[in-house]
Amino acid sequence: MGPVETPPRRAEELAVIGKRLPKVDAWGKVIGETKYADDLILPRMAHARLLRARHPHARIKAIDTSRARALPGVLAVITGADFPPVKFGILPVSQDEEALSTEKVRYVGDAVAAVAAVDEETAERATELIEVEYEPLPPIMSIEEALAEGTVRIQEYGDGPNIHKLVSLEFGDVEEGFREADLIREDLFYFEGSNHLPMEQHAAVARWDPDGKLTLWSSTQTPHYVHRTLAKVLELPMSHVRVIATPVGGGFGGKSDPFSHELVVARLAQLTGRPVKCTLTREEVFYAHRGRHPVLMWVKTGVTRDGTIQAMHFRSILDGGAYGSYGVASTFYTGALQTVTYKVPRYKFEGCRVFTNKPPCGPKRGHGTPQPRYAIEVHLDKIAEALGLDPAEMRRRQVVEPFSKTANHLTITTCGLEECIDRVVEASGWREKHRRLPPGRGVGFAASSYITGAGLAIYWNEMPHTGVIVKIDRGGGVAAFCGSIDIGQGSDSVLASVVAEVLGILPEDIRVVTADTDLTPVDLGSYSSRVTLMMGNAAKEAAEKLRGLLLDAAAKKLEVSPAGLVARGRRVYLRDDPERGMSFAEAAQLAEAAYGTLAAAGSYRPPRRGGKFKGAGVGPTPAYSYTACVAEVAVDPETGEVRPLEIWIAHDGGRALNPLLVEGQVEGSVYMGLGEALMEEQIFRKGLHKIPSMLEYKSPTTLETPEIRTILVETNDPEGPFGAKEAGQVPLLPLIPAIANAVYDAVGVRVDEIPITPEKVLKGLDQKGKGQEPRVGPERFPRVSFPEPIRVESAFGQPADLSLKRE
Amino acid sequence: MRELLTPRVNGDDVQVLAPVHKTLLEVLREELGLTGTKHGCELGECGTCTVLLDGEPVLSCLLLPVECQGREILTVEGMAQAGRLHPLQQSFAELGAAQCGYCTPGILLAAKALLEHNPRPSREAIRVALAGNLCRCTGYTKILDAVELAAARQGR
Ligand code: FES
Ligand code: FES
Repeated sequence: MGPVETPPRRAEELAVIGKRLPKVDAWGKVIGETKYADDLILPRMAHARLLRARHPHARIKAIDTSRARALPGVLAVITGADFPPVKFGILPVSQDEEALSTEKVRYVGDAVAAVAAVDEETAERATELIEVEYEPLPPIMSIEEALAEGTVRIQEYGDGPNIHKLVSLEFGDVEEGFREADLIREDLFYFEGSNHLPMEQHAAVARWDPDGKLTLWSSTQTPHYVHRTLAKVLELPMSHVRVIATPVGGGFGGKSDPFSHELVVARLAQLTGRPVKCTLTREEVFYAHRGRHPVLMWVKTGVTRDGTIQAMHFRSILDGGAYGSYGVASTFYTGALQTVTYKVPRYKFEGCRVFTNKPPCGPKRGHGTPQPRYAIEVHLDKIAEALGLDPAEMRRRQVVEPFSKTANHLTITTCGLEECIDRVVEASGWREKHRRLPPGRGVGFAASSYITGAGLAIYWNEMPHTGVIVKIDRGGGVAAFCGSIDIGQGSDSVLASVVAEVLGILPEDIRVVTADTDLTPVDLGSYSSRVTLMMGNAAKEAAEKLRGLLLDAAAKKLEVSPAGLVARGRRVYLRDDPERGMSFAEAAQLAEAAYGTLAAAGSYRPPRRGGKFKGAGVGPTPAYSYTACVAEVAVDPETGEVRPLEIWIAHDGGRALNPLLVEGQVEGSVYMGLGEALMEEQIFRKGLHKIPSMLEYKSPTTLETPEIRTILVETNDPEGPFGAKEAGQVPLLPLIPAIANAVYDAVGVRVDEIPITPEKVLKGLDQKGKGQEPRVGPERFPRVSFPEPIRVESAFGQPADLSLKRE
Repeated sequence: MRELLTPRVNGDDVQVLAPVHKTLLEVLREELGLTGTKHGCELGECGTCTVLLDGEPVLSCLLLPVECQGREILTVEGMAQAGRLHPLQQSFAELGAAQCGYCTPGILLAAKALLEHNPRPSREAIRVALAGNLCRCTGYTKILDAVELAAARQGR
């Protein structure tokens, strides 16, 4: 234990929250002790490999596994026929996946069979001996093809032959807004898809005990949803399934779906009577995917002369790949948050997700919002230029009001965006640089907002989204239990810090037990930036209950009122007379003697504040986070290469529970945004993945990542634990348009398509040289038969109704 | 076919009978149980599997153990001495340079080799030394800070 602080005079000062403390799990990570899923080695463990389709689209006519079965060392070979005929999927509305495909394969990489063997090589060799007879079907590889194809279908459900989802919503009368505008601008943008590229490949280990109980260890961000899926697909009671999420070696959304390898190892463990492990190769991680959706976008905005937005109409088409995944939510997210950054009094959104014969897309950091954010921030940059306004100042004037509602009925609580803008403008020297740097150098500005946890669970239910149990033993030891999983974002540390702050001890005094469905209360998972706020509130509630017992028991002993006591510095003492008190452990013993075993639970469910229309479920959150960013770049006119020189980023994530961790989230988001802005793309040639390896799939190294200047702007949000909001996703969003806008400032070329590769920059420069429009990007938006919009009155400008608290 | 391998691993003389075609990465993880060494591609593209061979960073996924006979291999498990963390381990933990921590072992070893050649490297020199090690979490900022802090502390 470290030194014990002397009790301070002012007890309301925070002792742990706001301090730059090491993560509680850092020590295991720096000595190589942390056990990730692939590090688990169980006695008699067998190894599994999946056989994956080499066709993008084909009917399975027959599968012959006899040669594979005959290979020495092979313990079991399974196909889809070895599972109950049950489909699954992360969203209840898209139950379209199978553990192993039975009738059709829908993308190169779709799993059709699996082998368990004594070692990985034997398993691999056996998969090559499995003979699958396919009847190839025409592959559908693009948005255009998916919209045009009427007879060949990838899935048998959806809003059209290959249309998964169509959405159309209008808040207020946008036409009226356009009539009041002095300038109306329309733009088209395209955002290519990308993979999360977590450093750890997905892995899972299953063990089946003789009493019929299954345990699965997996590198998953959503153990609770994996738990539900295993029970459903294997037709087991949930009470007989235990899912333990191992520390995740990078997720970024890519480990948020239940995956076929998780179901396969479970089945193989049952059949072989041995533990079975499957670790995906890097190539397979590109197939498992669930990465950024490629999105084609059209946006029309009407503004008055000073840049005030009167109305906005936004359309998106998402290339979803072969399965549903989170796609319905992704589709709504491409439209839902447009209104949360700047004031948009009237808003119309039309969205469409198509199926194609490619690995399924899903949630990647920012889920569905980086694409529209890019489009809108570049679009507004063009509008500012057309009006002769400073693009940062124009946006600053239109930042949403705190504690107000948006056109689409979202409730904003705190908003520190104005200050974020001021701080990056100041720090970067924006005013001296914008439109003033020498040719080849430029700065770009953009801002963004994001949710702090989705307001609704993935499946409809009345239960809490998270729960925490805290227990105190007689030695003063504290354990905190929660289903949350640390994916590197620091959720274990948040849990320990919140409990420590409330109980007046230090994070290092606390043992956290997380992400084990047998031992920990449910937490829905590490997605949608929900954990800090939701788990934090639950942890606070649980710890406060215990603190109440400790203070009561101590008060009796000290013969004072509990109201006069504080817990701090590993002691419980009188606020006005710090010398009078006792150690934390002593208070715990008194409390246990008085009240019995010391354990308490807390739970959290977000407030229900969305609108009352169909589709209102996506977008609401307890609180929105905000970021503003200035990027400075150098563009080489010879090679077209864009080199980011420096990034200034200011982030309002509420109160920073641990500034070190918040900065880490901001820096990591900036990095990931840079990769997407400039180089990362998951693309295909004739149904084949063009780049299923790290060599071909370029991502930024230390050499391509510039210095990142992070500024934390703290608001104190009433919804968050100690005022905290989100940090892990919003800072990615402005990066990409800031780079695009900086490229324009540097060389006068608009690249309206992500990534901004050297070829595109050169093409733009070439057009500029020839006196053509210096723009590279999509030329047309295909015809989509969007339905008549659901018309809802705009709630823009109404005050937030915070009385709708969590139930 | 198996062969007898006799490298020194983390200061210990090791004898291990392993299939000839297994890489050093596999032998370390699967035969010796040293799972601190990670992998992200097994094709030499990510740097996650970095270990030190006679003090120099090598990609263990590309190396056959026969090439290591009688040589000194250091993995992350061997960095702390008698329970005392290496200054890099200390600074990585203190500054939040390990988020998911998956790239951390490889980066720690690459940084250790750097500091041995160049005890007070410039930020640029650190960038160059770590250019072969991908990290998807940190944006490298805190990693560079942590290497600088460890260098400063060692120099004292
Ligand atoms: S595992 Fe990627 S370089 Fe060795
Ligand atoms: S800390 Fe996660 S990859 Fe580096």
